[in-house]
Parts: sequence; C-alpha cells; structure tokens
Amino acid sequence: MNLFNIIDEIEKVDPEIHERLNPRRAAIKNITSFGSKVAVAAMPFALGTLFKKAYGQASSSVVEVLNFALTLEHLEAAFYNAGAAKTGLIPAGDTSYLNLIKRDENAHVNFLTTVITSLNGTPVGPATYDFTGGNNKGNGPFQDVLSNYATFLAVAQVLEDTGVRAYKGQAPNLIGNKDILTPALSIHAVEARHASAIRKLRHDLGHDANIKPYIVSTATLGNDTGVAAANNNYKGEENVTQGGVNLVSALKASVGVATASFDEPLTKDEVVALVIGSFIVTD
Amino acid sequence: MKTEINPITGGANMARRSFLRYAGASAAAVAVMGTAASCSKNDPIFITPGGGTDIGSGDPGILNFAYALEQLEAAFYLQVVATPYSGISSIETAYLTDIRDHEVLHRDFFKAALGSKAIGTLTTDFSTINFSDRTSVLNAAKLLEDTGVQAYDGAGYLIKDAGYLTIAGKIVSVEARHAALISNLITPGSFVGSDQVDGDGLNKSATIAEVLAGANGFLKTKVSAVNYNYKP
Repeated sequence: MNLFNIIDEIEKVDPEIHERLNPRRAAIKNITSFGSKVAVAAMPFALGTLFKKAYGQASSSVVEVLNFALTLEHLEAAFYNAGAAKTGLIPAGDTSYLNLIKRDENAHVNFLTTVITSLNGTPVGPATYDFTGGNNKGNGPFQDVLSNYATFLAVAQVLEDTGVRAYKGQAPNLIGNKDILTPALSIHAVEARHASAIRKLRHDLGHDANIKPYIVSTATLGNDTGVAAANNNYKGEENVTQGGVNLVSALKASVGVATASFDEPLTKDEVVALVIGSFIVTD
Repeated sequence: MKTEINPITGGANMARRSFLRYAGASAAAVAVMGTAASCSKNDPIFITPGGGTDIGSGDPGILNFAYALEQLEAAFYLQVVATPYSGISSIETAYLTDIRDHEVLHRDFFKAALGSKAIGTLTTDFSTINFSDRTSVLNAAKLLEDTGVQAYDGAGYLIKDAGYLTIAGKIVSVEARHAALISNLITPGSFVGSDQVDGDGLNKSATIAEVLAGANGFLKTKVSAVNYNYKP
C-alpha cells in the first residue's frame, strides 16, 4: 500500500489534517528523510493512530449529533424501565410487547455510548427525569403517567414519534458518512417501528379508536393523538409539500394521505425545547 | 455488542477497520469513475440490452432506485386492495388501503421529482403471490416493506444532497411504520423481530445490489445498477 496516497485520501476528507496532527506531521516528514526506516517499521501503528485521530477530529460535530441522540435514548430507556418497574402499570398481556421496546432503547444507549467512546468523544450519561413532563415538580401535563396505563402509552407514543423526528432532523449532519449515517438511519427506522407498534396497541386497546400506525394530520393540525399537550411535538407534520411538489394540489392526494406518507423532521433546538426542562429535568 | 455487524464499534480495531473500509470505498469510487467515463456523460439512465432499466448514478440514481421500489410496492398494494384475500377484516382493509395510498403517492412523488430523469414504468410479476390467501399476501407485504426499509437505510449514505437525504428519511420512517404494522398483523408482537433488528437495536440495512436482486424477483422489467456493482 502507498502511504502517500492514503494521506492524500484523508486530506480530501479533512484538508487540514496536517495542521490537526502536528506531531504526526513530523513523523510523515521523517518517512521521506533520514528517519524513514524507523518510521516505516512503526507504520502500521502510526497509521492506525493517524487515521483514528483524523477521524475523531473531523467528527467533533458527529459526536455532538450522537450525544444528542444518546440524550434522547437515555430518556426513552429510563421511561420504559420506569414503566416496567412500576407494579400494576403494564398489564401482563402487554409486558412482552413493551419489553421489546425497552430492550431496544437500552440497546441504543449502549450502542451510542460505545460509538461515541470509540470516536474519542465523551458520552453523556443519564439525567434526572420527570415523566409527567413537569421538570421534577411532578405536575406536568401527564401527571398519572406511571399509574394510568393509557397515559403511559400516550406519552410513549409522543416520545417515539418525537424520536423519529429528531433522528430525521440530524441526518443531513451525517451526510455521506457511511459508518455513522447508516446506523443512525437504522435506529431511526427502529424508532418508527416502535411508534407504529405503540399506535396500534393504543388503537387495539380502545384508548384511541381513530389512531393509525402512521401520523395522519389535518391541514391545520399536525398532532393526530388527541393529546393537546403534545401539539408542538407534531408541529409541522401537517406539511404537504415535498421537494417543491405539492402532494395535494399537484398529485391529488388527500391531506390525510399526504401527511401520513411523509414523516417530518425536527431540528435539535425544537427537540430540546420539547424535552428539556419538562421530561429531562434542569435546575 | 456484535462487532461483525457494527465494525465501527470494534474498539481498538476501529481505526484499522475504518481505514480498510475507506480504502475499499476509494477503490470502488475509482472503478465507478472508470465505468462512468466509458459511458455517455449526460445520461442518468440507459436501457440495458435485455430490455431492463438501469437506475443510473448520483442522486438521480438513488432516487430512481427508490422510485423502482415504490413502483413495485404501489403495484402490489393496488392488486391487494383490488382483489382482497378471503377473510380480510375491515381493519385490515383499512390498513392495506392506507398503505396502498401511501405507496402510490411515494411513486407519484418520485416520478414528479425526477421529471425527465425518471426511469420508465416497470412491469411487475406477482405470479408467485396468491392474492386470495392472507398468509401469501401478508408475507409478500412484509418482504416488500422490510426490503424498503433496508434499502433506504443502506443507500442513504450515497445521497449527496441534504434535501434529498431528508426526503428519503421522511419516507423510510413511514415504510418502517408499515413494516411494523404488517409484521404485527402476521404475528402480534413481531414488530422488531430478530430477522430485521439486531442485538444493538439497529434495523438491518442492505446494499443496492442486494435489494435489486430481491426486487427483480417481482419484476418483468429487470432493474440494474451498474454503477453500484449490480447486473441482474
């Protein structure tokens, strides 16, 4: 293999690699001069470190995205863990169904923590949570979340749908990054599977006779859950224009079909406003 | 943690593994450039000798890949709703009609968005599906939905334009909602089955070649992706 081609390749991704890796620049120079024998002998190790550093440095924003995702996964995992721990909340017949989601959310926490660590980042830990949405006062809009199964599932649905939107909003920040975008999209899809499953469960239990596994908005209201406190979690889902194509006027779709066919993203700031200072406790 | 599934998490080996993937990708990129250079520069699509269609390259290529899958899904659900299987329930009719409408809209959206770069209308072959049998229909639906999710997840990194990537994201989560619904109709509680979701809680993803190899089983008009190492 040709080391100089590799450096060139890395430069294409990170043009400032030499500036970022000052100590290594000396090593690279050495290869071409008097230290070449030593440097070549040490090359496999040096190259690995070099690439890892380049990758880690170039991906500081990637770590930020992953920590944002991890923040949400901690919330979701803690939510399902708390639900499972609360005696009498989840009927025996639904335990295994909800345990699958609990399993996945905890797996996401472990996975993201490992990835962030491998990128030389510092993974965020769990926070303090108030599942009533009351920022540790316990008086949020979902006060009986851990005593009323219907409320628990309503909050679960809102968290899952919001999680889908959050991952979607971050995809452009990982554009072209196969190693990170692909798993992020893969978690995104699993959150959507959860959202579908929770919605179907709420329908089948009669908690909401009209709820579908997908988000069916009206022209003026994104929120299809009937939970007014969650309106902002669904804000924007009423969009019917995709890539400049108005699905209703140009393609003759109904608003319900147009909105259900495309899930909308949320920005990081929007998600933070929805969950921090309510579900995720701040001082 | 299964490192064979997620090499990026392989701890000390991460840099080396990433490098190997990177080097492989570079070699592939060179190969693709070589292939592209031998073709006409401006044709996003071209007809293969066997009467099939190639998705082309670049973002239009990825969008055409999605368009091909949406055509397949739309045609399937149009048939499902037109000739319902015996014993279909009212809620199943409602769900399958909804999904039909979503897939038809996805199809029409891609056609509109691609404009002159869109591949033609594909002819389907559903001769292996018994549309009067619930199990046959739902198993085919599961295959199509799961494949759709794996396809979008696997091809996402190839999209260069942030707007297109977001649109792909908007669609894939709806496909995942469908996939979970269909799985739950077949076997309640199978919405994140181990056939689709791994031990890290990640949905499986597939390459363009893997997806088309499967999709072509339902297509008379074979779809190729020569720029992505796939010929039927």
